[in-house]
Amino acid sequence: MPIQVLMPALSPTMEKGNLAKWLKKEGEPVKSGDVIAEIETDKATMEVEATDEGTLGQILIPEGTADVAVNTPIATILADGESAADLAKVAMPGQQKKAAESAAPAQAKTEAPVSPAAAKAPAAPQAVAEPDPEVPEGTEMVTMTIREALRDAMAEEMRRDPDVFVMGEEVAEYQGAYKVTQGLLQEFGARRVIDTPITEHGFAGIGVGAAMAGLKPIIEFMTFNFAMQAIDQIINSAAKTLYMSGGQMGCSVVFRGPNGAAARVAAQHSQDYSAWYAHIPGLKVVAPYSAADAKGLLKAAIRDRNPVIFLENEVLYGHTGEVPKLDDYVIPIGKARVVRKGNHVTIISWSNGMTYALKAADELAKEGIEAEVIDLRTLRPLDTETIVASVKKTGRAVTVEEGWQQSGVGAEIAARIMEHAFDYLDAPVVRVSGKDVPMPYAANLEKLALPSAAEVVEAAKAVCYR
Amino acid sequence: MAAPKKAVAKEVVQDKTNGSAPPEFTREQELTALRDMLLIRRFEEKAGQLYGMGAIGGFCHLYIGQEAVVVGMQMALKEGDQVITGYRDHGHMLACGMDPKGVMAELTGRRGGYSKGKGGSMHMFSKEKNFFGGHGIVGAQVSLGTGLAFANHYRGNDCVSITYFGDGAANQGQVYESFNMAGLWKLPVVYVIENNRYAMGTAVTRASAQSDFSKRGASFDIPGRQVDGMDVRAVNAAGEEAIAWCRAGKGPYILEMQTYRYRGHSMSDPAKYRTREEVEKVRQDQDPIEQVRNRLLAGKVSEQELKAIDAEVREIVNAAADFAQADPEPDVAELYTDVYR
Repeated sequence: MPIQVLMPALSPTMEKGNLAKWLKKEGEPVKSGDVIAEIETDKATMEVEATDEGTLGQILIPEGTADVAVNTPIATILADGESAADLAKVAMPGQQKKAAESAAPAQAKTEAPVSPAAAKAPAAPQAVAEPDPEVPEGTEMVTMTIREALRDAMAEEMRRDPDVFVMGEEVAEYQGAYKVTQGLLQEFGARRVIDTPITEHGFAGIGVGAAMAGLKPIIEFMTFNFAMQAIDQIINSAAKTLYMSGGQMGCSVVFRGPNGAAARVAAQHSQDYSAWYAHIPGLKVVAPYSAADAKGLLKAAIRDRNPVIFLENEVLYGHTGEVPKLDDYVIPIGKARVVRKGNHVTIISWSNGMTYALKAADELAKEGIEAEVIDLRTLRPLDTETIVASVKKTGRAVTVEEGWQQSGVGAEIAARIMEHAFDYLDAPVVRVSGKDVPMPYAANLEKLALPSAAEVVEAAKAVCYR
Repeated sequence: MAAPKKAVAKEVVQDKTNGSAPPEFTREQELTALRDMLLIRRFEEKAGQLYGMGAIGGFCHLYIGQEAVVVGMQMALKEGDQVITGYRDHGHMLACGMDPKGVMAELTGRRGGYSKGKGGSMHMFSKEKNFFGGHGIVGAQVSLGTGLAFANHYRGNDCVSITYFGDGAANQGQVYESFNMAGLWKLPVVYVIENNRYAMGTAVTRASAQSDFSKRGASFDIPGRQVDGMDVRAVNAAGEEAIAWCRAGKGPYILEMQTYRYRGHSMSDPAKYRTREEVEKVRQDQDPIEQVRNRLLAGKVSEQELKAIDAEVREIVNAAADFAQADPEPDVAELYTDVYR
């Protein structure tokens, strides 16, 4: 039976990619291990190898096709003795369920296939009720990925200030483990884009020391999971020195990298550190959701004279959004944004939590519940004013976070609402969060461990007594 | 465990450098060294008294016995070189030229202290004097000091970071992470390991598989030397050599200063881990200040002149103590300042 070759995933969070090139033609013999095609994402290029011996029967996705969903059949390989006539009966390697789901769009060669996974995560908030006050009317908007927005922010600040440099694992020659620093080495050279050994505690300390001497380091952690090795330097040295020195010696340093759950990487690589850092006086903590915010807030973080924890999210890196084309787009740290207006319930989230919040708001609207959705963007200082103003209007609040509940950011928000708007509440605040377990690996369990739009819908209905 | 419970008293401090006597100091150098070491000694004695009176709280780690290390090194520095250390830091601050009044007032937690009373004994800084703290987490200053050297390297100046830490900190992981990067990038940092024989109450031999700390950089190709840290001339000569190495762009250098702490680890340490005789022997045979004093007396300096220096130093320390007790506590409004800037 002919074997289908499926679009492979380059990383745990890849949802789609481009089929750049076919290296074998239909009818050519292939051996196991032969490179038959090249695929690429905005992050990397990779070769597709044949897994079976035979003849390349049919190319299902022509080269140059963009946005091919992972697991879409891209070609068939005919075994010895089979002919093109056998193409009708096709076997899936491994009988993958996902492949079966996405097989349908591949039938129509000319249409860009859409994966169910991609459809699940909206690229950017669809229903923006209020334009960002920082953007003048009529500003041209450029569509880019969050990954590119972050890179542009760093590049712009490095052009502006020679004291800014980037340091971390694989940031230079490899172009970033998640390709966020792509191109920086080429533009700024090895003096300012510095590959470190795998030594988080050490290079975090070196970064803080360099900042104490007046430089402005951007310290990239490959992920914030590894920053636990360095957390002593972040808290004891970076956050506290200004105070301990009576205001003499602060440090302007940004610690950035992906935070929170990626996909299928299990407990040690999937943790949300929002609450950990938000707990610490002396730090500022930023966690953007949209591409525009990623750019504007990272520029602000680099310019800030205090240590800033900049929490990115791997799942969001490839998402696109509109970024204003302005010479100097800097969003002030500490301001939340109402991304969707509503009168019935306030949903508060940040970073990837916004994915669930916004999807839930769409669902709720269908049932006549108009949710107001707040993207916190900054977790410290927390914009209590925006939260309280909204809750005073709606009388109900739901918080959404990927982290755990105990001592979490949701718990803090609930406390502040109680302190500042108790008399306006028509229901207790409900927290939707990651479940109180280390992140499991199995796909079904992982899904259960994370919050979901359905849970947000349920919570919103509960506080509305519906 | 086979390791001895108490370190052996004999040969507490030994110079394994190269056997040769250190180069002589000029009369001026001897006088400077004497005055600076005396200032630290008298200051620390006064701090000990004030602690006993309850005027200083919390932790207070005295530097008595180790004065030659910081004074000898400081004499080898030039303007722009940075100094960073751990929590046994009063001596380093005084050697850097920080005002004894400001240091003592910080110890008493008063508004005129270097950190407005918010840092205390372990946390003082002076941008003006290039003193970068004053750090309470054992070993953390090693990465930070390497970062100061990184800044020098980045800026292309010829300044050197002098990063002090103890034999205890020398076993921390981040020390070796820092050694690796300093060696890899040829950063201008002199790692001064003040081996005072005890990490709190644990003798070096009970804590270190390799107790020759000058070899601790071997894996990273960092040269090292053991130095008689009780002889200010030996310290100075080794410091000059190490600093010249760094300034020439050859990368980091390790100096193991073999020294001794007369007092307990902190004020609350009963020092049961060593004998009174061991301490007395070092004081009698190797005291860094007595060594200089004896050389000066053997030369052309009179007892009278030395007494004048002593009186001058006591005057400075008394003035610092008076200031530190009379200065008001910080304004309550200071509670919320300096968290952000």
